[in-house]
Amino acid sequence: MDLAFSPADEEFRTEVREWLHTHVPCAPLPSLETAEGFAAHRAWEAELAADRWSVVNWPSAYGGRNSGLLRWLLFEEEYYAAGAPGRVSQNGIHLLAPTLLDHGTEEQRARVLPAMASGEVIWAQAWSEPDAGSDLASLRAKAVRTDGGWLLSGQKTWSSRAAFADRAFGLFRSDPEAPKPHQGLTYLMFGLRAPGVTVRPVARLDGKPAFAELFLDEVFVPDEDVIGEPGQGWRIAMSTAGNERGLMLRSPGRFLATARRLNGLWRERGGPVAVRDRVADALIGARAYQLFTYAAASRFLDGEAVGPESSLNKVFWSELDIALQETALDLLGPEGEMADTDWAERYVFALAGPLYAGTNEIQRDIIAERLLGLPKGRR
Amino acid sequence: MRFLPDAEQRAFAASLDALLTAAGTPVVVRDWSRGDHTSGRALWSRVAQAGVFALAVPEAYEGLGRHPVELAFAFVEFGRHAVPGPLVETITAAVLLSGADPGIAERLLPSLASGGTMATVAPEGASYALDGDAAGLRLSWAPDGIRLSPGHGPVRPSLDPARRLTPLTPGGDVVDTTTEQALVWARLATAAQALGVGLALLDRTVAYVKQRSQFGVPVGSFQAVRHRLADAKIALEFARPLVFGAALTMRPADVAAAKVAACEAAYGTARTALQLHGAIGYTAEYNLSLWLTKARALRTAWGGPQECRALVVSAAGDRRW
Repeated sequence: MDLAFSPADEEFRTEVREWLHTHVPCAPLPSLETAEGFAAHRAWEAELAADRWSVVNWPSAYGGRNSGLLRWLLFEEEYYAAGAPGRVSQNGIHLLAPTLLDHGTEEQRARVLPAMASGEVIWAQAWSEPDAGSDLASLRAKAVRTDGGWLLSGQKTWSSRAAFADRAFGLFRSDPEAPKPHQGLTYLMFGLRAPGVTVRPVARLDGKPAFAELFLDEVFVPDEDVIGEPGQGWRIAMSTAGNERGLMLRSPGRFLATARRLNGLWRERGGPVAVRDRVADALIGARAYQLFTYAAASRFLDGEAVGPESSLNKVFWSELDIALQETALDLLGPEGEMADTDWAERYVFALAGPLYAGTNEIQRDIIAERLLGLPKGRR
Repeated sequence: MRFLPDAEQRAFAASLDALLTAAGTPVVVRDWSRGDHTSGRALWSRVAQAGVFALAVPEAYEGLGRHPVELAFAFVEFGRHAVPGPLVETITAAVLLSGADPGIAERLLPSLASGGTMATVAPEGASYALDGDAAGLRLSWAPDGIRLSPGHGPVRPSLDPARRLTPLTPGGDVVDTTTEQALVWARLATAAQALGVGLALLDRTVAYVKQRSQFGVPVGSFQAVRHRLADAKIALEFARPLVFGAALTMRPADVAAAKVAACEAAYGTARTALQLHGAIGYTAEYNLSLWLTKARALRTAWGGPQECRALVVSAAGDRRW
């Protein structure tokens, strides 16, 4: 049992730190949930990619550095410590790319991944529907077979980044006769500006169009944009849900950096012991998340599957994130209600954490059944 | 970086678990609570033979050298089995005396390592030492140094009946030693013990809600019950890496963080355990009480939540945090 990184890992860390030191913009970019900010963040993705820093853990053939999981963790620690911009491409990088690496064809990987790595194509997710949220398997948007591909029709919603993104991926019902709801689903990629697609941006709490509704009317998707076998979509989508993606959705680096900034804010502003204790808990939580992730990464590197314990992760980071930002807003006093601060931006973003990627209630059900072995019950 | 127990560490924890399971600790705890130390002393020797106390004693004094990680594994097992006695205090005394004059160290340390002597320490500012009536060596941590106390006063009850609190008789010789590391070791051992207490409470409560039926179904099938247990699991599983991470670094702030997280997780789990057991859990006679009360006591032992949080915040300018 040890926490020491190898000299080569530390060298990598130094290289990352030095690159960031000379490249991270001095002033924060505008919010990535605005048209202007989206463009600025896309340009930043290109700058990262030009020196192959956008997807360090990917194979080098697609723009990565084959860094492995540990160096990816170090990259993330340095990235957020440097105050570098949020990642506008994260839906593609963390949700679609692992699926393509596991289930895509070589042609798909070569076509999709490099353009994702450079920010040339930015991806939105299209999972939820108006009547299929936590109960995702009940989704109804359909894919109907046609010559050389599929026609997509129906409605998707809460599609993060879709207001400004280029393409989307999601599950569609291709066999309405399948005996069970999670059968007969197909995993497809489609263009958000393709004929038949209507994107209606939806304003999140602070008014920024962070997500969108998608109305699809016989949108043609060629066979080359089906991932895996038609009808196998649920299995494909879920098979990557439990692997390293569970580890990678939110890296410890961002919470460590935010906790340190919060501590700085507390030192600057002072405050009663009750607030100091919340600052301490933020620091402790960020450190716990880092060490938990190191342990999970060590197990993963030993060849163990990362299974339902990623549900522990999800609940922990999403609640930690809110606690961090709330404490900062409280420390800011009357200025805490101003919407144009970094803290406010991160706060509004954090509020969604317990809702997406499987609500925290769904995660607690998974923990209860699959980690504690409790009997299934009424949801 | 490989932040996982190695095979030897796993085997060490498993062998202690087996030893303590076979010993049937609940009976030992109840004897100890009444002031009958016979079964507790027998268990103490077996634990000492397994090498636990030697993990904090230098090789020069018949110990195994300093091994905080292995010690943390041992204390998690002590917590899981609610082992009674001045466990943390004996380790703390060993670390204190390691820095003492070689004559004193040579006289006192070998018998701590071998289990021949239990030690207790009255923490700085505390009016009591744990189990002073059972300990053969009593150290009081006064502002002017560590003193070898000549005796102890009457036992005062703790909220945890297995913790018998005794004032130490003032006076005694001053031991010339360094105290800095000892507090870190005391906190680490307490944090690991608290983690073990929390894990035992969770295990027992999960087992209980699976077999206890109401309205015709196991109460563990109700979402309100399931989600409380899921939250307890989350708190414990995120305290665990803090405890072992702290054992690796032994930095005071890391250990303080582990103490806060492990004690909060254990105490939160105790509240959940009591609630989900219902009235049976509120009885002294039901064995759950052995862990419920310990979770409360460990929170304030060797640095309460506020003191430890203050340490975390004050160290956090350091980049490693």
